[in-house]
Amino acid sequence: MNNRLKVLRAERNWSQSDLAERLAVSRQSVNAIETGKYDPSLPLAFRIAELFALPIEDIFTSPTKG
Amino acid sequence: MTRYKSPAMRRYVVRMAVLMTIYLTTLLAAVYAFRHDLVSGLAAYPLAILPALPIIGVFWAVMRLLVEEPDEFIRMLMVRQSLVATGFCLTITTIWEFLQNFDLVKDGNGGFGAAFFWFVGLGVGALFNWWTLRATGSDCA
Repeated sequence: MNNRLKVLRAERNWSQSDLAERLAVSRQSVNAIETGKYDPSLPLAFRIAELFALPIEDIFTSPTKG
Repeated sequence: MTRYKSPAMRRYVVRMAVLMTIYLTTLLAAVYAFRHDLVSGLAAYPLAILPALPIIGVFWAVMRLLVEEPDEFIRMLMVRQSLVATGFCLTITTIWEFLQNFDLVKDGNGGFGAAFFWFVGLGVGALFNWWTLRATGSDCA
């Protein structure tokens, strides 16, 4: 699933490790989500959205609209 | 780079260390007892099974890790790895069984049982994760 995670992270000058720490997940998870290799669960997607203070659809592109 | 290691993974490492210690101890004890004819009859059965128990414990430890690991991506990698290991093990043992059925190989497995091939399969599963996702969970596993 396409997403803006890398851009949002870069805007805050966070490394993948920084973001992983804030989300309490592994760096591999952040990398897999950013590169679209892994779609996060809904709870994790909400955590990401809350961290960036954005609606989920502003971060992740719906596969039907993608 | 931060190395991710969850409390679940730490528990897994401790469990594996304990189980492997028990395995080596019971295996050496059983081999010694059988080589020196210290056991026979009914008593031989529980002694022969004794080293199998920590191996069964390893299966339990792996399954507990799948339940306890909080990182969903790492958990998915481990589930994929376990599924590949199970498929690999079943494939090898099924082929071996048919080769035996048609008397193309000798009876027995030379000490390489299903558990051995499942553990080898975990390695194959890790390679599969690397080939397909460029991730092994090795930050964690």
